[in-house]
This record gives sequence, C-alpha cells and structure tokens, in this order.
Amino acid sequence: MAEDGLNSYMTGPDEAGRFGIFGGRFVSETLMPLILELEERYEFAKTDPSFWAEMDDLWKHYVGRPSPLYYAERLTKHLGGAKIYLKRDELNHTGAHKINNVLGQIILARRMGKTRIIAETGAGQHGVATATVCAKFGLKCVVYMGAHDVERQAPNVFRMRLLGAEVVPVTSGRGTLKDAMNDALRDWVTNVRDTFYCIGTVAGPAPYPAMVRDFQSIIGKETRWQLAEQEGDGRLPDTVIAAIGGGSNAMGLFYPFLDDPSVNIIGVEAGGKGVDDRMEHCASLTGGRPGVLHGNRTYLLQDNDGQILEGFSISAGLDYPGIGPEHAWLHDTGRAQYVSITDKEALEAFQLSCALEGIIPALEPSHALAHVMKIAPTLPADHIIVMNMCGRGDKDIFTVAKHLGFDMKI
Amino acid sequence: MTRIDQKFAALKASGKKAFVSYIMAGDPDVETSLAVMKGLPGAGVDIIEIGLPFTDPMADGPTIQLAGQRALEGGMTLDKTLAMVTDFRKGDDTTPIVMMGYYNPIYSRGVDLFLSQAKAAGIDGLIIVDLPPEEDDELCIPAQKAGLNFIRLATPTTDDKRLPKVLQNTSGFVYYVSITGITGAAAPEAADVAPEVARIKARTDLPVIVGFGITTPEAAEAIAGIADGCVVGSAIVKDIGEGKPVAEVLARVAALAAGAHRG
Repeated sequence: MAEDGLNSYMTGPDEAGRFGIFGGRFVSETLMPLILELEERYEFAKTDPSFWAEMDDLWKHYVGRPSPLYYAERLTKHLGGAKIYLKRDELNHTGAHKINNVLGQIILARRMGKTRIIAETGAGQHGVATATVCAKFGLKCVVYMGAHDVERQAPNVFRMRLLGAEVVPVTSGRGTLKDAMNDALRDWVTNVRDTFYCIGTVAGPAPYPAMVRDFQSIIGKETRWQLAEQEGDGRLPDTVIAAIGGGSNAMGLFYPFLDDPSVNIIGVEAGGKGVDDRMEHCASLTGGRPGVLHGNRTYLLQDNDGQILEGFSISAGLDYPGIGPEHAWLHDTGRAQYVSITDKEALEAFQLSCALEGIIPALEPSHALAHVMKIAPTLPADHIIVMNMCGRGDKDIFTVAKHLGFDMKI
Repeated sequence: MTRIDQKFAALKASGKKAFVSYIMAGDPDVETSLAVMKGLPGAGVDIIEIGLPFTDPMADGPTIQLAGQRALEGGMTLDKTLAMVTDFRKGDDTTPIVMMGYYNPIYSRGVDLFLSQAKAAGIDGLIIVDLPPEEDDELCIPAQKAGLNFIRLATPTTDDKRLPKVLQNTSGFVYYVSITGITGAAAPEAADVAPEVARIKARTDLPVIVGFGITTPEAAEAIAGIADGCVVGSAIVKDIGEGKPVAEVLARVAALAAGAHRG
C-alpha cells in the first residue's frame, strides 16, 4: 500500500508517541504521569464496546450524526470540472466538527472520575463545544481564551457563559491561542488531581494527537460509506480537501483514506496576507520549520533563535503557529500535499458558497473551498472531490462584513 | 567532576546546605542581569541558575513569564546568554552555573553545537523543563556525554513506580518541585515536603534541592532544613522586574542565602 517499506500510514504513532520524528511527549514531569495515565485509559476505552456505544448514541441523538455528504451541484457546474461533494460537519450541534472530539474526551474524563474540564479556544468553537458537553453532563468547565480573541469573538464568549462555563481571558504573552494553551497547561499542572484537559486539536503531547484524530475520524469513515451509497460500491473520492489550523477536521477526513493510494490528500493552511518573509500567515508547513512546543515536535512558525512567532489569519480558528504532528509527518513522507490560501481568496470562496449553495461557511473551510476553486476547473468531470465543510459561518459574519465594507450597526 | 559535583562535595564537608538562585538572562538588559549575576556568589549563592528566555514558558508563573518577555524585547538571544556566562567566568571559575529553560531554542540551534558552545562558555548543567525521561535521547544523554550535568525535576506526581526512571539519567542534583503548579505560586510547607525528600533520598545518593514557591528567608531556612538546599527564583526576579537597584536585589539574595544556610 504505502511506499518505502511502510506497510501502512495508519499505524502511528509508535510507542514513544511519534509519527516519524514528530509528536512525542515534551511536557514537564508534573504532567508526565497524567498523560501516561490518560494514554492507558484511552487505549482501554478504544477497545471497549461500551465506550463506543455511548459515543455512537450521543453522536446520533445529541450531535446529529451522520452529517450529510452533499453533492454541490451549482458549485460543480460553476467551476466546470471535478464533481464536488461537501461533508456537512457544519450542521453538527454547536456548528462545527469540534464536538466530535469533545464528546469523546469528556466521556473518557467521566470514566476517569475527573470533575473539572479545562480547554483552550481560539475562535471559540472548541470552547463552545466543550462548554456544551460540560453543561450536558453537569461538569465544571473553564475555558482559556486569548484576551484578543475574547474581544473579536464576543458572541462565542457569551455562548460559553450562557452554557455555564467560566471564560478566562488570557493576557500572558500576546493574548492569543498559543498563550491560551500555555495557560491551560499551567492550570492543568496546578490542578492535576481533579482536572481533565480537553485539547481541541490534533496537537499536544501523546496521546492527544492520535486520540483527537480517532474521535474526528468519524468524518472520513462516514464519507467512505456515504460516497459509496451515492456513487456506487467501492467508489472512493479522488481528492479529499480540508482546512488546517491545528488540523483536527483535516485529520478526521484524511485518516480513513491514508492507505488508499488513489486518493489525493490536500491540506489547506491559512496564508494570511501571503506566505513570505513578512510572516503574516499561519502556514506552519509551508512557512515554518520543525521545533518543539506544547508537548510535541512539529513544524512551527519561529525565528532563527527558536522563539515562537505569532500567526496571522483572518480566521481566528486557524491562527496557531503550529500544526498537528501527524500532518508534519504526512507532509514529510509526501503522502499528503499542503498548500496555502490567502485571506482574500478565502473571502471570495466564502461569498461563492453563500451565493451558489446557500451555505454560509466558516472562514476556516472557506480556505479549503478556495483551493477547490483553484483545482476543480483543471480536473475532469469524473473526478470526485470531497471537501470538509467543517464549520458554519455565523460566528464570522462580523469579520466578513468588516472586510467587505458593510456597516453592521443597526 | 563538574563544578556542581565539587560544590556539593565542599558543602557536605562543611555541613552546609546549598542555596541556589535563579535569574533570567538579559532581564531587563544584559548589563543589569550580568551585574546581578556577578554579585550572586558574594551574596552567598552556591549555584546560579540562569534562565534562557523563551516565548512560551509553560511551567512558569507570571513573574518569570514577564522576565522572559522583558529579556526578549530587549533583544536577548541564546548567543547573548552564552556570552553572559563567558563574561561571568572571566572573574569566577568555581561557582556552578545551570542553564534553565525550554527545549526549542536549543533544538533550533542544534543539540551538538549547543552543547559544545555551552561547555565552552562555562555552563555546568542543564534543567530543561519540557524534557521528561521519556525524551532522554534528545538532550539528556548527549549532554552527559559532553560532560554537562542534566538535572531532572521530580514532582509530587512522580510516584514510586516512576521515580527510578526519573532518577536514572539525572546527575548533579535532583530538583524537587515542591508543589503541583507553576513557578512563583503557593508556598510549600516544610512538613509536607520532608517525606517527599526522604522518599527521593532513599533511592539516590544525589543531593535533593527543593524549589518553587519559596520567597522568604524563613521559608528558605525551613525548606533547606529538610533537604540538601533550596532554590529561589521568582522572589528575586520580581525585584529585578520592579526595577530595584542591583545592590538592593543582592541584599535580598543575601538574606535568602543566609536563611538557607541556617537550614
């Protein structure tokens, strides 16, 4: 299946929590026993049918899974090439793919006897999903959010507070997503005994990258059978595309297709104002180099001295200077291809989706759609693209209005 | 034997506890932090920990985070940190120096190059917070081969099952983190820490030094009394952050050192 002596791309990580040289467990000693315990408990849960029965039940009745796989007919005609399907994870409860993973981690936390959940959030989608599931289970929830993001994502802050979560604005560092993650780790190190850290993406120390991927893989698994249902038995997508900040929605879509060599895999990073020396982007793979941050080795935006740089993107959800370690490995092995899309291109895609399909997408999947717009016209009509519409755009309308020069004041 | 090993041998011979102090390199500028550093041995400091600034110090509280930010804003780099140590060594060839920080700036430099530069500058040991024993091949083993001590943190969450693994490749001394938390947070109770120190000492001949949360001479005395010494960081860094003159900072250090030495 796979090249160069690899029998499979789906066996990672290894015992050391690595995907090739990426991943690992770069945390302080205080946390080390916790992440080892978490790994042990997760490995057990993974093979426990009662765990997945609970997940499946909530996925179906609480989240609304399976999410539809939708043939975007007008978009396909407009672009005049490949046949485009959208995986509608924006229709999930709370409006994004984030809840797939949160449910898994919180069911695990409950089984571990943890009573307090902490999370970091950038755009607020992971924070809202975590606050939601905590409300459902009556768990205490504390969400760390960069002070800058608290300001620009006010509706999500209010949502979290309505759901009973405590939102802590993070002013340390520069007050962005990476600083929120630092403060969540500081909280965890201080409250190790009763607290579970619910990480929102496929990053952090092992076992998080693999665990979050496994919970998000429901996206790709559904895509497989849904496409076969609509296009005939055994029909696989020719290309799968998803946007990448940390990379959880992308890993969820990609993972079940890693060992199908006919499937092209494309991750779309946030190019901000353009991937160049100005570093006003969040494209860790195309504009960064390997380093160690937040418990794992991966590609990072950093200066020559190994100091971490801030990302820049119109989309707060992609505004992270790193990327999940498995993506770093898929990039280096060449199994997946990674490209970047600028703010401007994403805004155009956002509007096209509204106009042609009646779907207001989040700015994150708008990046993926922008790349679909580039490649679809160059591909034949029997080429099937599946793009992950991983979030809806309600949270982004203020940002978009501002960029389009529309005055939202009533 | 590194300068650290020699220092502990001398302290043991004189029946004294060790006082270890931490400052951030380049905080608020190289000149000031070098002046403080040069005054530390005279103020009674047995071992100097010098912080390598990092943008994302996940195990540190606000005091040391801000110190790192000040240093970075002042243009501090790994090279300038090493140069500070080189300068210090011109006037002091005996006081042990431990570099404390996070892995990425070292990984970014390249481990082998970093180790030869650190050794040449006169650094004796490393404390790298985000390198647990599971990642020993990264830096710990190469550092020991290069003749540098690799000092490990043991914590209240390090249980008996795990302790041998934590102690295995540790050298110089063991740094016991007195609380589950970040630097500069709640103060530890000597009575709570004592059994933990005993637990570690039952499994190693290395000195056990206790740090995190110690801010007063009284606390330094109490904690040093139940261990082989203690570390003070945030309390000193706070003074520097408030812009206190070097002499005043060193007066506080001297009081803390006297406390620890009474222990």
